[in-house]
Amino acid sequence: MTPAARHEVVLRLDDVSKAYSGTLAVKRATFDVRRGAVNVLVGENGAGKSTLMKIIAGVEQPTLGRIVLDGETVRFPTTADAVAHGIGMVFQELNLFGNLSVAENVFATREVTRGLRGIDHREQERRAAALMERLQTGIDPRALVEDLRIGQQQLVEIAKAVAQDARILIMDEPTSALSATEVEVLFRVIADLKARGVAVVYISHRLEELIRIGDYITVLRDGRITGQAEMREVDTHWIVRQMIGQDAKDFAKGVGHRIGDVVFEARDVSLPRATGGLAVDHVGFDLRAGEILGVYGLMGAGRSELLDCIMGRQRLATGSLTLDGRPIGHLDTTDRIARGLALVPEDRQREGQVGILSIAENLTMASLYRYVRGIHIRRAAERQAVAGAVTDLTIKAADTDLPVSSLSGGNQQKVVIGKALLTHPKVLLMDEPSRGIDVGAKADVFLTMRRLAAQGLGIVFVTSDLEEVMALSDRIAVMSNGRLTALMDRADATEAKVVAASAAGHAPTTPRPTAPAKVSA
Amino acid sequence: MTAVPQPVPSTGPTGGTMLLTLMKLRTFIALFAVLIVFSFLAPNFMSAANLILMSKHVALNAFLAIGMTFVIVTGGIDLSVGSIVGLCSMVAGGLLMNGLALPIGYTLWSSVPETVLITLVLGILVGAVNGLLITRLNVAPFIATLGTLYVARGAALLMSEGRTFPNLAGTEAHANQGFDVLGGGRFLQLPYSVWTLMAVAVAAAYLARSTPLGRHVFAVGGNERAAGLSGIRVDRVKMFVYMFSGFCAAIVGLIIASELMASHPATGETFELNAIAAAVLGGTSMSGGRGTVGGTVIGAFVIGILGDGLVMMGVSSFWQTVIKGLVIIAAVVVDQAQRKLQQRVALLQVARQS
Repeated sequence: MTPAARHEVVLRLDDVSKAYSGTLAVKRATFDVRRGAVNVLVGENGAGKSTLMKIIAGVEQPTLGRIVLDGETVRFPTTADAVAHGIGMVFQELNLFGNLSVAENVFATREVTRGLRGIDHREQERRAAALMERLQTGIDPRALVEDLRIGQQQLVEIAKAVAQDARILIMDEPTSALSATEVEVLFRVIADLKARGVAVVYISHRLEELIRIGDYITVLRDGRITGQAEMREVDTHWIVRQMIGQDAKDFAKGVGHRIGDVVFEARDVSLPRATGGLAVDHVGFDLRAGEILGVYGLMGAGRSELLDCIMGRQRLATGSLTLDGRPIGHLDTTDRIARGLALVPEDRQREGQVGILSIAENLTMASLYRYVRGIHIRRAAERQAVAGAVTDLTIKAADTDLPVSSLSGGNQQKVVIGKALLTHPKVLLMDEPSRGIDVGAKADVFLTMRRLAAQGLGIVFVTSDLEEVMALSDRIAVMSNGRLTALMDRADATEAKVVAASAAGHAPTTPRPTAPAKVSA
Repeated sequence: MTAVPQPVPSTGPTGGTMLLTLMKLRTFIALFAVLIVFSFLAPNFMSAANLILMSKHVALNAFLAIGMTFVIVTGGIDLSVGSIVGLCSMVAGGLLMNGLALPIGYTLWSSVPETVLITLVLGILVGAVNGLLITRLNVAPFIATLGTLYVARGAALLMSEGRTFPNLAGTEAHANQGFDVLGGGRFLQLPYSVWTLMAVAVAAAYLARSTPLGRHVFAVGGNERAAGLSGIRVDRVKMFVYMFSGFCAAIVGLIIASELMASHPATGETFELNAIAAAVLGGTSMSGGRGTVGGTVIGAFVIGILGDGLVMMGVSSFWQTVIKGLVIIAAVVVDQAQRKLQQRVALLQVARQS
């Protein structure tokens, strides 16, 4: 299916590749952005959507390939160059100055000045107020951004991009924190921009949204473009098929080991959200020894927060937790680790590892007490443990005394997993264990999970990857809006059921009848 | 390590790794450079008497710098050490000269060992206040210790209304004689203060390298969130480093009071800056996670010898200040260059092996 040229191509990424240390995020992608249309980009987490957009916005430079704007090859060494060419971007992670007012944020780097008399705050506020009016938000342009709700902040970010009068406007998950009515307003604004000939690039996970407002769709998988079509020619099934692909990933097969007794119980776990409501809403589940429980859900469904509650990182969390029949709800993180809980966090750089310490020091960080006599770290014992972990997890490192940041993403992830395993946990919590690592390392990680489960470890793993949750789990839990909306055995689960449960409680879905999916393995 | 087959080592040290080794040893090189330069330029510089005198001067800064190193490695800063030196020296002096006057009209006299103990505990307590402000009340380390800098200095001045305690010899009646041993005593020609420094430095280096607590200090400084998630009690680690820094400052307060046999409330002003300078010169990273006790001690020697040597050469003290500043800036510039080079070499190694 090739899109008909109803709209003129304004920008083309021509055969673009982007390599980071250790991974290839985008592989030879050719992507057209058409004027006066909404160009939708979809793909699973880590498929390379955000990287592609960062290349257009000048945040990243392509390793190979070129950018063609209005028929001419251009380079955007900095974001300023991209802005000068009329490219605006609404970033997924909000790029706002919390300590400045809404108007100051909207006009950051493009301040309205009156010569030597400095910034014309009144004019900026007037224009910002007009923008807010257009977005029907009612946000005071003088309010500090940090005082706004996340949804309102997202609207400010959108207003900032709209104010640039961009010819090409990239929106990376603009609705992730918006309410249903705010989404409606945004869609009206997008329709308005389209009418004025602006090319909108729209990234989202919410398929119903895409189908509603998209004109062209491009699907990315593992950094490759797997499908390009006009939106009216495709349906959800087509999109999902392109996203997931026919070729199954290399999931380790279960070895049919015995599942043991209940080792961990969570009851009524709740966590208040800073902006009101509950981030985790009365979630409860059991976990048996040797069982892999997959927790599926969209971004912001409360999955990571649930793991945080279990690890004791949230002081405001309520509910009861039992490990091996003993309550652990009153313990701090250190004691929970000592009792047999361990977490592999989602964000490796920020929470998983200490980048400047060595591979060995990172591996033994959580289990140091095991190699200590009195106050002395027994080097021999420590080195033995490190060597064991390196072999077990097939960590590819020249020297374990090198800083952990010198490793590739997949090997860093293995180090973080190794750190958790060296504490000899009974229950292992893994938050997006395959995020941002290459295919080979993914296969190793999945294999490790299987092997650990076979040894009697209980594993809870969180993922936004439907295929992963279907292939690896013994049971599947689905979260949506902080609630546990489904908990089913793998045998009873279908992709349709899982997806339906993950959307429960969200904005009204499209009237399109959801035919029973036949894609499950 | 044993588990992975070692790649064949690259053929000989390349230019990059040579330069890197030189940069890593820069503090050593600087130390030898100042020693050699001054042994030519300043008469009597290398005499035993002068070296011992210099080591006595250096020891004071080295104590503070060792404590400071641990604080900086966790990503913090301790500006209060100079004031703790002053407060501790005043408390020790006050106890020895005037005793502790109880409100019931009776004066309590402490022996010299008791006085030393009380003073050390006081230093640790001030450090604990710093730690509590930082961990419990979330005050930024710079501000928290700036606050205690003023409070401790003010308390030192209040103790004597700003006057000096002139005579700490003690009396036989109060059984508190012999305070001069700490600052004036010698063993095998070396002053006790230098021996104490060796003991503290060795203990601190052991702590940093071979104990879980030391490892935790580095982990907290490298990535606090990851450390916490690995089961390290971050707050306790921070409490420890500020208490240890206070302990080191108390030692310095005692040594100064004992050397002078008098305590003055302004003792230790700007000592914190010299301590930070020594730590930075020794390779401690202000952003946390990196630093060694050995490097810091050498850094303290470089600064101290530079100062004393310039005095012996007759350079004006104004120029000394300028030179000290330039040396510190140069050290940090080289440190940055080293880090960049190190990253390149590490990447090269990774690229070669794959």
